[in-house]
Amino acid sequence: MSRFKLEKIMPYVILTVLGILFLLPLLWVAVASIDPNAQQALKTPDSLTTSNFTSILKDPAILRSFAIGLFLSVGQAVLVVILAGMAAYPLSRYALKFKKPFMYTVLFMTSLPITAVMVPVYQLFVYMNLQDSLIGTVLFLTASGMPYAIWMLKNFMDAVPLELEESAWIDGASVWQGLKRIVAPLMIPGICTVAIFTFSGSWGNFFVPYILIQTPENFPASVTIFQFFGNYGMVEYGKLAAFSLIYTLPAVVLYIFSQRFMSQGFSLGGASKG
Amino acid sequence: MQTNAELSPANEIKEKKKKDHILLRSILFLLPSWIILLVFFVGPILLTFYFAFTNLSLTGSQAKSLEFIGFQNFTTMFQDPNFRISMLNTIVFLLFSAVVGQQVLGFILAVLMKERNKSFRRIIGIIVIAGWVTPEIVVAFCWVTFLSDNGTLNMIFQFIGLKPVAWLFTFPMVSVVIANIWHGTAFSMLVFQASLDDVPKSVEEAAKIDGASRLQILLKIVLPMVKGSIVTNMILVTLQTLGVFTLIFAMTGGGPGTDTQTLPIFMYNQAFVNYQLGYGTAISLILLLIGIVSSLIYMKYLKVKI
Repeated sequence: MSRFKLEKIMPYVILTVLGILFLLPLLWVAVASIDPNAQQALKTPDSLTTSNFTSILKDPAILRSFAIGLFLSVGQAVLVVILAGMAAYPLSRYALKFKKPFMYTVLFMTSLPITAVMVPVYQLFVYMNLQDSLIGTVLFLTASGMPYAIWMLKNFMDAVPLELEESAWIDGASVWQGLKRIVAPLMIPGICTVAIFTFSGSWGNFFVPYILIQTPENFPASVTIFQFFGNYGMVEYGKLAAFSLIYTLPAVVLYIFSQRFMSQGFSLGGASKG
Repeated sequence: MQTNAELSPANEIKEKKKKDHILLRSILFLLPSWIILLVFFVGPILLTFYFAFTNLSLTGSQAKSLEFIGFQNFTTMFQDPNFRISMLNTIVFLLFSAVVGQQVLGFILAVLMKERNKSFRRIIGIIVIAGWVTPEIVVAFCWVTFLSDNGTLNMIFQFIGLKPVAWLFTFPMVSVVIANIWHGTAFSMLVFQASLDDVPKSVEEAAKIDGASRLQILLKIVLPMVKGSIVTNMILVTLQTLGVFTLIFAMTGGGPGTDTQTLPIFMYNQAFVNYQLGYGTAISLILLLIGIVSSLIYMKYLKVKI
């Protein structure tokens, strides 16, 4: 009897301990962000404040970096979805001779570490006169996100039945119109999953903009927060924590959203459920 | 749709035209992504192979006159004690944070969470995933403050009567390894949760009736059944960890000294701190080759249908 009880309780004990260990480093950020007198160690604040948040949100340089971060990530996500969606169409619909080798190359590319090519990418940007260019950075980020997006969108598109498209063609729609009006709306969960994944990837990316962008006015939030840490990280703990939280928020919100899309994605067949 | 008997010469021409049309349309749809992949993905990879054999430099006279110098970067590299240290650090970092840390912890979490109370399982899941969703740079801050001299960990240490430790200086590698485990474990946990759910209940129950203990069931029945996902997960996690730059750069900058200098940090220092782009690219090439080999192994194990 007691052994049975122990076997039942042990997993809960171990999981609770692991959960606390996982939570501790994160807890500090949450608590320090509302503590007017935050220190390095976790402590219960004497009073609560929102001043850490307001001072971050009032700083024009930080707001600018958020806007630039949004520009980079939204720009990349939109380009990736459109270009990869176009590429996915023939790969999903037609029997092409080069399909197999191309898809294998795409799969191969999804797993290559981008870090390994950043030095030559920097030199490429120098050659093309794209250093410090936000558009150039968006284009590079787009390329790095393409393999995964092509792979995913092709698979999502395979699940959309051809008949729906064919009936649109009979009604006089072109292939392009059919893709835009019939296929794309049916793939919304897939498109959102890819867009969210792409957005979060570059929103959290520090290395790429750190290498490709030189002027501080052009830094996205990921680089500004690093500088903020370097300049005030050992003094203004509360502000750093608030900055971190605001910066992390989009990634968290989008992850929760993506969970909803993913579970919907599997029951895509029942369109009438809506 | 058409049977062979119907293929008159006129139809054949029609069929051929239709095929050409499909090919043309396919290429039109694929062209934009091909161009962008060619310029910004394949291009840099090819440039890596080229620059690695040149004396490319960020400043000075060499910046203008690029010269082909053969294997000189590589002979320098293999004699450079810094390269050997970085290689070793990379292996230690990969082994402990990815292969052992994230995988084992992810597996333990997935096994323990199976068949637990639903809301309890959910809370633990959210906490672990929170570390994964947090951007790398914020993960670095969390851990720098957590491990700092006056940080939370030392506070706990003092509370239980132990002396505080300067974690980032005394145990820099352990610190970055733990931070990376914290950040990455959720991925392995999710992969293993999915594959454990695929193990049919009847198999486990049959073994239970035959008198097998929980541990025996786990090691002899469940583990072999999820072997495939362990292998693919291991390669994926290795590839992700191989490219880790931000976490180490923001936590220790590769130091103290060269204690946490992995290949990406070494590459960055040579290329952008010492301005030796050619030499930096030679280091990139090593990283890239490890990545290429791992990717090929990954694809071989994945056995996808296209």
